[in-house]
Amino acid sequence: MEKTQNNRAWFLVLPVLVIVAFSAVIPLMTVVNYSVNDTFGENEFFWNGLGWFEEMITSDRMHDALGRQVLFSAIILAIEVPLGIFIALNMPKKGFWASFGLVLMALPLLIPFNVVGTIWQIFGRVDIGLLGHALAAIGIDYNYTNDPLDAWITIIVMDVWHWTSLVALLCYAGLQSIPQAYYQAARIDQASRWSVFRFIELPKMAGVLLIAVLLRFMDSFMIYTEPFVVTGGGPGNSTTFLSIDLVKMAVGQFDLGPAAAFSIMYFLVILLVSWAFYTVMTALEKVETK
Amino acid sequence: MMRIRSSAIVMTLYLLFLMIPIYWLVNMSLKTNSEITSTFTLFPDNLTFANYVTILTDPSWYMGYVNSLIYVVMNTVISITVALPAAYAFSRYSFMGDKHLFFWLLTNRMSPPAVFALPFFQLYSSVGLFDTHIAVALAHCLFNVPLAVWILEGFMRGVPKEIDETAYIDGYSFGRFFTRIFMPLIASGIGVAAFFCFMFSWVELLLSRTLTSVYAKSIASTMTRTVSASGMDWGVLAAAGVLTIIPGALVIYFVRNYIAKGFALGRV
Repeated sequence: MEKTQNNRAWFLVLPVLVIVAFSAVIPLMTVVNYSVNDTFGENEFFWNGLGWFEEMITSDRMHDALGRQVLFSAIILAIEVPLGIFIALNMPKKGFWASFGLVLMALPLLIPFNVVGTIWQIFGRVDIGLLGHALAAIGIDYNYTNDPLDAWITIIVMDVWHWTSLVALLCYAGLQSIPQAYYQAARIDQASRWSVFRFIELPKMAGVLLIAVLLRFMDSFMIYTEPFVVTGGGPGNSTTFLSIDLVKMAVGQFDLGPAAAFSIMYFLVILLVSWAFYTVMTALEKVETK
Repeated sequence: MMRIRSSAIVMTLYLLFLMIPIYWLVNMSLKTNSEITSTFTLFPDNLTFANYVTILTDPSWYMGYVNSLIYVVMNTVISITVALPAAYAFSRYSFMGDKHLFFWLLTNRMSPPAVFALPFFQLYSSVGLFDTHIAVALAHCLFNVPLAVWILEGFMRGVPKEIDETAYIDGYSFGRFFTRIFMPLIASGIGVAAFFCFMFSWVELLLSRTLTSVYAKSIASTMTRTVSASGMDWGVLAAAGVLTIIPGALVIYFVRNYIAKGFALGRV
């Protein structure tokens, strides 16, 4: 749609600016302030330049947390995106079962994060959980509180349980927008199931799929509550992701300077990746509307 | 015929995978603690509602739900109110810095709440808003306002501009046009945006726990604190979990036909 050039539109955006400035810019500036100062309490601050940044960039602790975080996000995306597409292709198109499926699938998305953690904590425990009990019954040694690998598997399965529906719902929305004529044309050409997917469904889903990847990347990169409730970052530090480490540092140990420097770098990483996604996405939208 | 059957199997398996953990939570919530720890049963032997009675009669429990609902509703109202004119501006006009502004708004959706927890705590303490509902509602605006703007912009884009122009020619003022004609046209979009604000504010724990202590304590932090203090009261914990699922389930039921489009942020 052709847009009118009108700078007075700023007035319409003003309320959003004020509220977001209050809830984002002021806190962010506080963080920046901490990151370049050192303090011994009592609100006395000393200029520390980029010292904290240097300390954090070279610290093993941050490298380890970042490594775990990247690995986690990569595994999550590698499982949830293909699985989500697969589920979307198998969803009923209309009628009672379609609504029924939609409601059930959306249910995990509306459960508070800590309750998701609680559900899996109760479900996975060897003494009282169905999963833990069932695995023990068939002779698999599974205990997510002691074994790092089991803890990882539990958290990944939990995240797949929690968020695959989001990817599936997005792809489903994309599939719904494909006109029937496309499929009829494919049938006339005797296209195989695979080429229907590859040349009709996948291109039509590309836009929403990108949103799905973007949302899943951002949210998995910021994950805090669910692993915190289930494993508390343990055993040892094996499931301590960036957010968990950050909160430990800032609230637990009150190391404001390093935590602030950490925050800013954390934020910049997410910003950079998201910007890349966003650029691709807007470019894609332009191609589509042409 | 084969294809229908295979997709039905896939869906059944997937839905089972989704439902079994929830079933286990419900199962736990209907058992007594001694039954949970001593025996292992797929169905409660002695069906008990005592866990629910505990929650619904103890103010320190049920006020958690009331507090959460208060700040969630406040947040949804604030977010939608400020996002509506902004989304209109983004969908209809081009103005200086609009693209940068739009991306900057989105970056707030991307910022990890963990980064903001401590500064929020200090900011709201210094202006005397700590432990109030409005503090949490404003803090959640951080990610809900950008999201609402994004969704609403997507829906508004689908409304042809000729409608605006015709209304202005007919002598409607901007305010009257917006509330009488435009808002009814994008009613489903407003519903979806409200649903998402509700959802993300309802599920968020970190900020709501940081910003409240007594008067405005949310259900999420009530759950974490009580559990650690009383040495794992599994039955009550499970019952509290089940009760947090119910508002979400109700809201989903009402917007089920728009859910898919909403998750695509109006961009399908």
